[in-house]
Amino acid sequence: MEAVHDHHAHGYDHHPSGLMRWVTTTNHKDIGTMYLWFSFIMFLVGGAMSMVIRAELFQPGLQFVSPEFYNQMITLHALIMVFGAIMPAFVGFANWMIPLQIGAPDMAFARMNNWSFWILPVAGSMLVGSLFAPGGAAGTGWTLYPPLSVQSGMGMDMAIFGIHLLGMSSIMGSINIITTILNLRAPGMTLMRMPLFSWTWLITAYLLIAVMPVLAGAVTMLLTDRHFGTSFFSAAGGGDPVLFQHIFWFFGHPEVYVIALPAFGVISEVIPAFSRKPIFGYASMVYAIASIAIISFFVWAHHMYVTGIPLTGQLYFMYATMLIAVPTGVKVFNWVATMWRGSLSFETPMLFALGFLFLFTLGGFSGLVLAITAVDVQLQDTYYVVAHFHYVMVAGALFSAFAGVYYWLPKWTGHMYDETLGKWHFWLSLMFFNMTFFVQHFLGLAGMPRRIPDYALQFADFNRISSIGAFGFGVSQLLFLYIVVKTIKGGKKAEANAWGDAPGLEWTVPSPAPYHTFEEPPVVK
Amino acid sequence: MKVTMNTLARWLGATALCLMLLPGAALADYQLNLSPPVSHAGFVAYELHNFMTLICLVIFIGVFAVLGYSLYYHRKSKGYKAATFHENLAVEIAWIAVPFVILVVMAVPATKALLDLRDSSEPDITIKATGYQWKWGYDYLKGDGEGVHFMSVLATPRDQIEGKAPKGEHYLLEVDNPVVVPVNKKIRILTTANDVIHAWSMQEFGIKQDAVPGFIRDAAFKAEKEGIYRGQCSELCGKDHGFMPIVVEVVSEEKYAAWVGGQKKKMAAAMGDPNKVWTLDEMKAYGAKVYTTNCVACHQADGKGIPGAFKALDGSPIATGPKPDHINRVLNGKAGTAMAAFGNQLSDTDIAAVVTYERNSWSNKTGDLIQPAEIKAARK
Repeated sequence: MEAVHDHHAHGYDHHPSGLMRWVTTTNHKDIGTMYLWFSFIMFLVGGAMSMVIRAELFQPGLQFVSPEFYNQMITLHALIMVFGAIMPAFVGFANWMIPLQIGAPDMAFARMNNWSFWILPVAGSMLVGSLFAPGGAAGTGWTLYPPLSVQSGMGMDMAIFGIHLLGMSSIMGSINIITTILNLRAPGMTLMRMPLFSWTWLITAYLLIAVMPVLAGAVTMLLTDRHFGTSFFSAAGGGDPVLFQHIFWFFGHPEVYVIALPAFGVISEVIPAFSRKPIFGYASMVYAIASIAIISFFVWAHHMYVTGIPLTGQLYFMYATMLIAVPTGVKVFNWVATMWRGSLSFETPMLFALGFLFLFTLGGFSGLVLAITAVDVQLQDTYYVVAHFHYVMVAGALFSAFAGVYYWLPKWTGHMYDETLGKWHFWLSLMFFNMTFFVQHFLGLAGMPRRIPDYALQFADFNRISSIGAFGFGVSQLLFLYIVVKTIKGGKKAEANAWGDAPGLEWTVPSPAPYHTFEEPPVVK
Repeated sequence: MKVTMNTLARWLGATALCLMLLPGAALADYQLNLSPPVSHAGFVAYELHNFMTLICLVIFIGVFAVLGYSLYYHRKSKGYKAATFHENLAVEIAWIAVPFVILVVMAVPATKALLDLRDSSEPDITIKATGYQWKWGYDYLKGDGEGVHFMSVLATPRDQIEGKAPKGEHYLLEVDNPVVVPVNKKIRILTTANDVIHAWSMQEFGIKQDAVPGFIRDAAFKAEKEGIYRGQCSELCGKDHGFMPIVVEVVSEEKYAAWVGGQKKKMAAAMGDPNKVWTLDEMKAYGAKVYTTNCVACHQADGKGIPGAFKALDGSPIATGPKPDHINRVLNGKAGTAMAAFGNQLSDTDIAAVVTYERNSWSNKTGDLIQPAEIKAARK
């Protein structure tokens, strides 16, 4: 497990400094850092949009924005959060941690790695820039359903090209991750000994390669319908608007797991570390991840129960969707069993992991309720769905990303973060998150549709609570920025194994991790 | 200082958790579940939702009670030494098998409910609901009331939305012409749309159905209780998606028959006399009404539209150019844009009036007067 060479000093001799260091870098750690900063900036941009949304919904009536601008906000908020914030955040983790976890010197395709990152800021600016196009950004929701998306202005074309770029970036990143994991593992690091975070990314990368071209196809057909006279999605020309939804959700459902699986991976690293006990059921965890990924391809039309799919289709998709609860349950049970009779401590990463476990499970249960077609018909396109996917995306993916940042920050920066502030960040996020989204279940049950800028009077009180929660949640994230910057600038020196006895190769190299690690592969026994 | 901050943070967390559990007790007046159903399908869905939520709650409490025990007793700070076990085949198989059995138990009533919901056979009355940006059109196709058709538009005044007037009791959930159906009759709703996808939904009846342009979908309900029920369009359909409610009035059979009679008279009157010759002022005055109901959402009251999204009519080449082009645009719309074809929504008189209004309002001063007969001719 040794053989760590510190090339810190001479490593810096070979590459430009200043801005050009970042533009030309092929180092997985630099690129990982850029991914993480990019995703955080996008997180703030997307978050600012959600503040606009919640401000408008603070009380009934139209106060701040016009309905068409409101629609642009919900569309960009979702696209930016999904493609700009959460996905790049986990790619950032992958870049930093996969080579360190499997004992590889870098990613397999170092130059392509640079390219897959630098596409992102272009795509991100395209999405944000579409706000300034004539007619504004796309106002169709991130689902881009035609014919509405065919009606839209130029902002839609910018969104389409933005998505093309994001897809290219994801595919390149995925090829890189798969190749790295399959070819660059240290001697003795068999697949079934690989840390679960790397496992989740191996499977996620396959998911991405499978589904991003599908999305690219869907938006390209949209583009030709808009400008070149095709009728893929128009009944008047022999097409079908619902066809788009089938293609979109064939991408869209696995996409949910593209986000969730790496989140599971981070949690599977953090929980054993702070339970001081190996992960329970390692093999079944791997099989569960794989089965979730495979089943995710066969459940897409549960997003489309009310589009008029046949009864047999509704039955099949209901049963298949319910089935996902089995491997997901296995994961939750295994995490609980890992903690059972462990020696638990509750540093910030563990708190976020527990918050994840608690709230993601809640989101899983509301997902199970939504899987039941007759119930979903009542709740489809209401705030119940909004609450459901924010429990999965925010309390799931985002909390997991926070857990990962606090867990690995000592390794990245060489400093311990401020534990007290970290705990504040957790408790504030937890409280405001629930304040924002728990009440939205009730709004949905009472029948409030999603994606509306104004609402009937009986929804007023819960909306007000939700808005206050959202503002609080937004402000709490500035605390996170402060904590991270503070840790980068200084703080208690972190040991090589910052947590004392956390498992994994990444904890065998010094903190901060030297610029080049594992030039001589470690031997895993 | 550090310790107190930490303790405070913990207290904050504990308070947050309590607050989460409180609403059930403290907010007894608020709706925390689905609306009380009035149809069989609605009732089945209601019961099923309660059943599902209850099972989930029991499992949730069970799993987190175990976790809670562990979090409390198996702490490093209490000196608890970690065990080393990391697998147990029997347990791992059990927690695949048990959830599977629970899912099967859930699937049985879920299947039955769905079969009930999807049964739209042998309806007493069939109504076609057509989604337009942003209103609903209804055609009574079969059964009592056959031939009745009307548009149903948001009745909440603009001033209430913009905060210039106090909001009424049914703010955003009121329409000029509600759908009226008899109680205890099976109603089949056919949904379709004219422009983009909309969705027709009514929670009390347990139905929601997308309205897809170019296709017909269906849903059915039998309302078992008289009353007024309110729903909303449930698929994002553009700017005024939040402003196209659905109101259904369930009435006794006698009242229904009376309503049908009244509706038919109203329709005959609305057709107007296509050969009547109007004066410019009459036409403009009537046209202003048609404009407010049908055009103002996009083109705005000042005729300026919304730059980049909806064209201005004030000074536009169409509204100040040749009459036939203008009439044609209103009748047939413009493909690939939000401009709908109003030919099948509005009568000859309506269209003549609104075109006249547009050509003689704001800075448009063509002085043109269009008669219903001209529209009739243009339709051919």
